[in-house]
Amino acid sequence: MITISIASGKGGTGKTTIANNLAVVSSDNGYSVTYMDCDVEEPNGALFLKPKIEEIHPVSVSIPKVDPEKCTGCGLCGEICQYSAIVVLKTSPLIFPELCHGCGGCWEVCPVGAITETFRDTGKLETGHADGIRFAQGILNVGEVMAPPVIRKVKAVRTDTDLLIIDAPPGTSCPVIESIRGADFVLLVTEPTPFGLNDLKLAVEMVRILMLPFGVIINRADVGDDRTRNYCQSEQIDILAEIPDDRRIAEVYSRGELVCKALPEYRHVFSELLERIEKKITPGKGAAERRADR
Amino acid sequence: MKELTVISGKGGTGKTSVVASFAALAAGSVLADCDVDAADLYLVLEPKIIRQENFSGGKRARIDHNLCTACGKCKELCRFDAIFFDGEGNERLQKTFRVDPVACEGCGVCAWFCPEKAIIFAEAVNGQWYVSETRHGPMVYAKLGIAEENSGKLVTTVRQEAKKIAEQRGLNTIIVDGSPGIGCPVIASITATNLVLAVTEPTVSGLHDLKRVADLTSHFNIPTLVCINKWDLNRDIADEIERQVTDNGLVVAGRIRYDKAVTEAQIRGLSVVEYTKDGCAEDIKKLWRNVLDHLQGLV
Repeated sequence: MITISIASGKGGTGKTTIANNLAVVSSDNGYSVTYMDCDVEEPNGALFLKPKIEEIHPVSVSIPKVDPEKCTGCGLCGEICQYSAIVVLKTSPLIFPELCHGCGGCWEVCPVGAITETFRDTGKLETGHADGIRFAQGILNVGEVMAPPVIRKVKAVRTDTDLLIIDAPPGTSCPVIESIRGADFVLLVTEPTPFGLNDLKLAVEMVRILMLPFGVIINRADVGDDRTRNYCQSEQIDILAEIPDDRRIAEVYSRGELVCKALPEYRHVFSELLERIEKKITPGKGAAERRADR
Repeated sequence: MKELTVISGKGGTGKTSVVASFAALAAGSVLADCDVDAADLYLVLEPKIIRQENFSGGKRARIDHNLCTACGKCKELCRFDAIFFDGEGNERLQKTFRVDPVACEGCGVCAWFCPEKAIIFAEAVNGQWYVSETRHGPMVYAKLGIAEENSGKLVTTVRQEAKKIAEQRGLNTIIVDGSPGIGCPVIASITATNLVLAVTEPTVSGLHDLKRVADLTSHFNIPTLVCINKWDLNRDIADEIERQVTDNGLVVAGRIRYDKAVTEAQIRGLSVVEYTKDGCAEDIKKLWRNVLDHLQGLV
């Protein structure tokens, strides 16, 4: 299986468009495909792929539960907690579930066994199919702070299709890292504007720290200026495809339709994109590492 | 003093371009770029940095390979898949355990329980924040290190510094540029702010993401205005957004037309309202007057 994560520093550059069109065109070309939407704060893949959801699972995280009968008020739990999620005042500890990372420190450290592990839902995982494509998406509950546990749950879905396409959230911090970790290839989507370039540089720094093979796709390629292309050239980064600033694409996207269906003249862009990526990677390496991760 | 936070749910709807124009229109405000993952406002405002500080979002574990006996307690306890058995060896062992700094969430459980006290658990620098002067007033912004944790804490730091500056200089408006999404940095950028402006676009994703943002601001009880950017890209969805927003008791404070001048201005390092007087610049000026009325409690 080949795992391709689609990311970008800047939001709104076209990650979801690239991800779902790549999934559909590859599926049409005979590949078995899984699509995972890891942008769990704002998942949009389903708006375009329109999957039939077959299963819904809650995503829960570990939090502590204190037995006030057993608690001696020694304060060790508050001392080990780095997130101020458990605070010991004069009596038994107060817990702030939203701040808890579920590290387990408090119940490991409690000398009298007064703290046990319990669970709290912070989101859900939905799985199903969209026209033969296996589909999974994570949805973070509104008001929750931490996306990574939901992303981990999506990525834990077992699948063995030829291709796994992961739609990552924008940015370069923990949710993005979680989404691209273990990928065989990371596709960075950008646009040739100053903001696009600035955020592309951050994204490149990120994939280089993670030592993942990557390439760039320039969307709305004829807006802006040449600085993005010049940057890629001087950094020896492959530009795998360019998509023009076609108002029809923007309109098709606005209605929640697939570019490859509504504007078939663009199908070849996605077929060629996959061919170019395949030439650049060692299939299966990412999958093996992902298993090792767990 | 009033604080306005501009967010969007969906990325790339034009938050930063709107904020840059607001900065030019609002004489005497403090700017706070809280998109600490991908800060872009400085590209338009060309800040002169007058103060720079390191940011520490927490601690991080590191194993001293010389002391490690490879007992594996750390790996057993770590809940973040951050411990790997491929660290440098020592006199007794061919290899030892190692902490992957990217996966480490800084909980310190490994260090606490290591029987050999071989794990160093120390404050990590994971970003910088800056106080600067721009042609439109002071700006506080930050850069979170790549792959770093705790963007929320950095956002809070940036907002606090912006507030201090506003107090010191007697400026009565703070304009905060937020980040996309609804998670940690976004929640940190809207907590206890006076007014949120949610910038959306007339697409099915724009509408979907706006609903989640509106749920978020109502969850925290924050007054929220909506702006539909590039509204003429799909007039039907723009109308649909307006209908849904109004039904939910929120207010559409303005519509901005699609205009290539936005990108042209960005390339020249200008806000749109500095670059042109027509087209979408008119819409943004109207929007700003409306937002300001709400912010000052006149509406």
